[in-house]
Amino acid sequence: MNAFIAVLAAAFAGLVFGLGLVVSGMANPAKVLAFLDLAGAWDPSLALVMAGAIGTALPAFAFARRRGCTVLGADLQLPAARHVDRRLIAGSLLFGIGWGLAGFCPGPALVAAGMAEPKALVFVLAMLAGMAVFELLERRRRSPGDPDA
Amino acid sequence: MNVDWNNFTPWSALAGGALIGAAAALLLLLNGRIAGISGILGGLLKLPTGDTTWRAAFIGGLVIAPWLYGAVAALPLPRIDAGWVALAAAGLLVGIGTRYAAGCTSGHGVCGLSRLSPRSLAATLAFMAAGFVTVYLLRHLVGA
Repeated sequence: MNAFIAVLAAAFAGLVFGLGLVVSGMANPAKVLAFLDLAGAWDPSLALVMAGAIGTALPAFAFARRRGCTVLGADLQLPAARHVDRRLIAGSLLFGIGWGLAGFCPGPALVAAGMAEPKALVFVLAMLAGMAVFELLERRRRSPGDPDA
Repeated sequence: MNVDWNNFTPWSALAGGALIGAAAALLLLLNGRIAGISGILGGLLKLPTGDTTWRAAFIGGLVIAPWLYGAVAALPLPRIDAGWVALAAAGLLVGIGTRYAAGCTSGHGVCGLSRLSPRSLAATLAFMAAGFVTVYLLRHLVGA
């Protein structure tokens, strides 16, 4: 039963997240690029999207942490990594270059792909290919002899 | 700096942002998971995997959202100016980059900053800076 509720909750959270991206205008790459274009006609909207999101999530995250488990009593699976390393920065820089090229980051691209925009579908396919390349490189890096590790 | 007041949409930006934050709160409080889109999607490509269902459910909700919105109100259509080759290159960069960084705008930008994680702050500053520089180069140096 709890497993079923958890899957429903994930679907609902995805839906609310997607609605937020549509309402905020962030599913539109032109609006995202207008934020990234500091030297052009600058649209600061994205900064307020971040403010609205963090302002809502921050107290909820603090509450969840104090509580120590989910509403259903399961463990919180928070990221354990704490250090800033080369992978984090190099990966983020690559991501930022791609973001600036097209105006899409993963969430908005999936929402626009849901609208059956052909260009968004091409972006999402390329993004999945990039993620698959990462998985292959990681598997080789972790254990050359064991393909399942 | 030249603010484009005509296209600035503070209220819908704040409201949409609040929805995004509420979704992140829901996923943490009910599933114990961080709402990082790149991690949730990338985890589906991991083999073998034991937690495909909730990931697929979250992505399904995300993809269906514009349909639901469109059923109630006029759906604003995205404007995608980038060409096909640029989109494919951008997708590859975003796919590889977010997985190496273990997060994107949602995982590091929204959830990480909400957890007050210094690591996520560093990631967010890095991808924001790269985004600003890339757009500057494309629009103001290479020339449009």
